[in-house]
Amino acid sequence: MKRKTEKSELIFRIVAYFILIVFALICVYPLIYALSAAFSSSAALNAGKVVIIPVDVQGTAFLSVITDNVFWVNYSNTLFLTFFGTVWALGYSILGAYALSKKRLMARRAFNFFLVFTMWFSAGIVPQYQNYMNTAEVFANIGISDLKWTVVLAMGMNATNIILLRNAFEGVPSEIEEAARIDGATEMQILTKVYIPMSKATIATVALFFGISRWNGYFWAYKVIPSSQSFSWPVQVYIRDYIDKYTTISNSPHQMVDDIEQWDTKYPYAAISAVYSMVVCAVIPILAIYPFIQKYFAKGVNMGGVKE
Amino acid sequence: MFKLKCDDFLVYDESTGTYSMSADQQVRDEAEKNTWKSAGFTILKDWRLYLMLVPMILVYFLWKYMPMYELTACFKDPTTGDAAGHVNSMSWAGLRYFQMLFTDKQLSPEFWFAFRNTFITAFYGLLFGFPTPIILALFFNEVRSNIVRSIMQVCVYLPKFLSTVIVTSLALILFRGTANGKQSEGIVASIFKAFGADKALIDNGLVFTTQYYRAIYIITDLWEHAGYDSIVFFAAVIAVSPTSYEAAQIDGAGKMAQMRYVVIPSILSTVVIMLIMKIGGLLSVGYEKIYLLLGDGVNGEDNYAVAQVVSTLANQWSGDGNISGGKALGTAAEMLNNLIGMILVLGANAVAKRASNVSLY
Repeated sequence: MKRKTEKSELIFRIVAYFILIVFALICVYPLIYALSAAFSSSAALNAGKVVIIPVDVQGTAFLSVITDNVFWVNYSNTLFLTFFGTVWALGYSILGAYALSKKRLMARRAFNFFLVFTMWFSAGIVPQYQNYMNTAEVFANIGISDLKWTVVLAMGMNATNIILLRNAFEGVPSEIEEAARIDGATEMQILTKVYIPMSKATIATVALFFGISRWNGYFWAYKVIPSSQSFSWPVQVYIRDYIDKYTTISNSPHQMVDDIEQWDTKYPYAAISAVYSMVVCAVIPILAIYPFIQKYFAKGVNMGGVKE
Repeated sequence: MFKLKCDDFLVYDESTGTYSMSADQQVRDEAEKNTWKSAGFTILKDWRLYLMLVPMILVYFLWKYMPMYELTACFKDPTTGDAAGHVNSMSWAGLRYFQMLFTDKQLSPEFWFAFRNTFITAFYGLLFGFPTPIILALFFNEVRSNIVRSIMQVCVYLPKFLSTVIVTSLALILFRGTANGKQSEGIVASIFKAFGADKALIDNGLVFTTQYYRAIYIITDLWEHAGYDSIVFFAAVIAVSPTSYEAAQIDGAGKMAQMRYVVIPSILSTVVIMLIMKIGGLLSVGYEKIYLLLGDGVNGEDNYAVAQVVSTLANQWSGDGNISGGKALGTAAEMLNNLIGMILVLGANAVAKRASNVSLY
């Protein structure tokens, strides 16, 4: 039996579609604009002609970014930070979460509190900075002078992710663990052969959370790695530095005033086009994996909401 | 007297004149030893499990709890420390810097201004940032075609995955001013102009004007998070059984009545919990975005009029050589802010426990 759609329902649906379409377009528009601005000529950009598609197409801005060695050094730093940062964080999080998920663990509540307290209270920006500097000093004393390692090891902690993993491990039936134990499996084998395969979805989600936050990380890398060591910067810091140096859009003091004023006589493209080219380069990996990870993220959010 | 007291566990041997342990006490001692032994054995038997905890505990101790130890810097005089700013090298200053926060003629108003701004920024974020994802989720529920809905969702989740650097640089470019006619204004700035924004303000760059800064902060926040935050509400909305709608329809309920009496009550518990979570995080306004929009304020940028929050102020003070003890002051200011934040989190959690028997932590 098909019921006649009521007028109020029809209106509501039309409004819903309209607003959703507008919002979805707003969400993707800046990226489309970035792409077309990267390939538009300086004159067209300055005249405000670029709205959706590239006007007066040029590829020199993109080419200049592609051939910019420093950019790619920083890009590889981001790859390095993302890979090792994720492996490191995931490693200790899985081990810790596994131990925390065991009821027989002594002082389990205390360990949980130790973790959760960091979600309630953070020391703040000044002590944290001092702590990172002390860490870098200690690392330098033992021979690790590359500040990348400070960024990899000391940053990117997330108690929520550990709790997500812990909850997933708690959900594995204990009978399976007992069966494995009777078969003579050691603790490590139980973790790698039973628990990790059975919580793949959560582990993937958490790995993606860690990875994305690493890829996008800016502030502490910027604070900890001085510009004299710009070869260790992640690409986000490089993009921001470029904006501050060569464009007039940011509020920071413009270090390269001469360059900004003579830009148009020196280069055939606008500085903003170069910025947009970098933005495109930095976003492409995320866009490439995004369709595949999207369902995991949706799942992860719903898992992480409320538990215990 | 002594003999009497010791009677029950010591036995006096008359012939040798020495004391020895009574049989009872030997049994008791043995039992005690065994409980310790068994506890020790469980730890020993499970040593692998405890070893697994070690890396995590170490990481959290070194880089989450050591900064809390560094907090003692707010009770110490930073001018006495060594060049690297080690907290142990400084001498104690007592509560001097807290006193300054409350009484200093110049610094105290700055602090309270930033504190108020933290609240206002967070409040506006809550006012607009909280209902929008719920509304989006309700709208998504209206889209019947799965493919269309998936495409829409892919679009609206996307900004969440972009970095703050990229979000802010896009905002800066799209809201940019003409810089005295050297460049065209950003396309969003043009839209603002069409709605009657002052031309002089647009030329300066809308982000840098006090009138528009907050609106832009909220708009970019919504752009970044609203779609993604709708996931959790959407899951609650699609969990509503279709039979509830049918029953309501048979009873003659229009769309609004269905919303009011079917959907809202079903998702209410999710809404309440998310609201409480948001209130808990009220005072942790991110400094990264403010910094990226307006610069760090240390080098003399002065557009912090309505943007200044406690964390940016702390950063600014600690980097400002003109303020004596700026580092301790910044630490003190932020600690005060974060303590109040913690009270909010715990309070919110207690309310959640009482209201719905769900505790977040």
